[in-house]
Amino acid sequence: MTLRSLIRHETFLAILLVLALVVLSWQSDRFFTVANLLNQGRLMTETGLIAIAMTFVIATGGIDLSVGSILGLTAILTGVFWKNLGVPLPAAAVAAIAVGTFAGYVNGLIITRFRVPALIATLATLALYRGLAEGISQARSVRGYPDWFYVLGQGEVLGVPTQLWILLIAAVVAAVILAYTRWGRTTYAIGSNEVAARFSGLSVEGTKLALYTMSGFAAAVAAVIFVSRVSTTRSDMGSGIELDAITAVVLGGTSIFGGRGTVLGTVLGLCLIQALKNGLSLAGVKGDGTIMLIGIVLILAVLASAIFERSGTR
Amino acid sequence: MAMSGVDLPPVQPQTNLRRPGFLRRLMADYGQELIVLSAIIVLFVAVTAVNPRFISANNLTSIFSGNAYIAVAAIGMAMVIITGNIDVSIGALIGVLATISGTLAVAGYPIWVAWFFPVLVGMAINGLIGILVAYFRIPSIVVTLGALSILRGGLISVTGGTWISDLPPAFLIAQQKWLGLPVPLVAMIVLTVLAALWMRYSAFGRSLYAVGGNPEAAVATGIPIERRIVAVFILNGFFAGLATILFATQLQVIQSTVPPNLELTIIMAAVIGGVSILGGSGTVIGSTLAAILFATIGSALIFVNVSAYWLRAVIGLLILATVLADMLRRRRTV
Repeated sequence: MTLRSLIRHETFLAILLVLALVVLSWQSDRFFTVANLLNQGRLMTETGLIAIAMTFVIATGGIDLSVGSILGLTAILTGVFWKNLGVPLPAAAVAAIAVGTFAGYVNGLIITRFRVPALIATLATLALYRGLAEGISQARSVRGYPDWFYVLGQGEVLGVPTQLWILLIAAVVAAVILAYTRWGRTTYAIGSNEVAARFSGLSVEGTKLALYTMSGFAAAVAAVIFVSRVSTTRSDMGSGIELDAITAVVLGGTSIFGGRGTVLGTVLGLCLIQALKNGLSLAGVKGDGTIMLIGIVLILAVLASAIFERSGTR
Repeated sequence: MAMSGVDLPPVQPQTNLRRPGFLRRLMADYGQELIVLSAIIVLFVAVTAVNPRFISANNLTSIFSGNAYIAVAAIGMAMVIITGNIDVSIGALIGVLATISGTLAVAGYPIWVAWFFPVLVGMAINGLIGILVAYFRIPSIVVTLGALSILRGGLISVTGGTWISDLPPAFLIAQQKWLGLPVPLVAMIVLTVLAALWMRYSAFGRSLYAVGGNPEAAVATGIPIERRIVAVFILNGFFAGLATILFATQLQVIQSTVPPNLELTIIMAAVIGGVSILGGSGTVIGSTLAAILFATIGSALIFVNVSAYWLRAVIGLLILATVLADMLRRRRTV
């Protein structure tokens, strides 16, 4: 039953995506070109990496609202380590990613050790990490990175944007882990029934801790890609990206109560959102109008799946 | 915590056979509220010792009046969280309602229309959210995340980020005084007391705790859960509307933005005030005290010369510390 409803949701989403692509390419002849589509892939990588990790977190019935702040903190630290402390750039980026990953680990610790609900814990660290980013940066931006650094965010490998390769590899690895490994099955088990998972001898706390750490790591890697793409660091980077990521995950059919969801669904949701954003901006709608549309799409998609599900199971 | 249901209840020493004293009962009923209140008092004493200007009339007015709208909005939020739901769109909603209010005032509508029409709009929008949550079974976090995007995006695309100025002086009620006290302060106290009494003693108020605490038992006792959830969201819109009146009328201009993370501050006020995020417990007195605590912390940091850039980090740390302390306290009492 679960498998069938999953297939239904993703098929529904794929049809919606094809429909959107057809309508948008009919609207503007600049939309369905290889160059534009590859560029869109470039733009969705940061949200994509975060959304893939978020799929696991939400599948356990948790949530991570602090990812945007971790992104901002990591971006600022990359700049500060390199420019102000004189650390070589590769080492600075690695060190910043380590701090971002540690920030995710702290989230996990607060959630598992102190049993603070994930929503509250990550709301609190959202404020804390963003505050740290602001305090460390003192509202100064860091610019003037060496040319080779831009390969990550602005360059190409085999004709495809560098970061799109990273996203693709991350998506495939995550999909395999979630669907076929013991770790993935534990994730679903925790989301379906945490108490039962614990009594089955599964490492509930360990898995959760690892997942929030991974979420921090994904946000930190996204931060370095972000810096490389826009050539600067600012403390407000990534604010609100958690909403984009959660929208993609929920649109992709992951239940906000946990226990259900796939990486494929998340990737489809991500593509749909990016296609709509791009198509609308080509059609002359401003950025704020597209934010509005994403909200409407989120509610309608969940509404549709709620109605389908009810007719299926009850 | 998961194992606590298996453990035997601890044996209470029966040395004291008298009724539990007034203080003991107060601690049991309002423990978290008293902790927050003590934190406020300690903070006031400590900061005043460092910088006596902290308790000047001007600063007290800015602490209480400038943040009363957060306390008023937190009343509605506390009710929503007590039923086991959440609203992350409230900051964006206040921004939208403030713009509507200012536009009406400048367009020459009667002042009371400019004040209260947005309240109705807030109730209507939240009513819709409540229907999606209650009857279509979409989790409130998802609905209000969507509503957040719609309201925020809609506000910026309609206003284009412009400010509303030339507001009529009579419109600016938050700057006025009533019996010598600032209107926002009076509004905050009156609304908190009324809401607290209503939540504690009315059948409706008690039923909200039942909906959040144990929905199945609530259904069994004949409480119409769906209608209560819609009602609680409409109430949330009502308090957001009243909060908007206080927010929109405090300056000569209305910006098309609200303070960053306003919804976070409001949710945190409710939670720190003792409302369990899992639903079923907490009071609106606690949420108002917590809103005052946040305002005091923000002001205190400025008075002890913490750099403005580090302000949010320190506030974040304090919020986290309070959450952790709250969880430790709860684990001990469970």
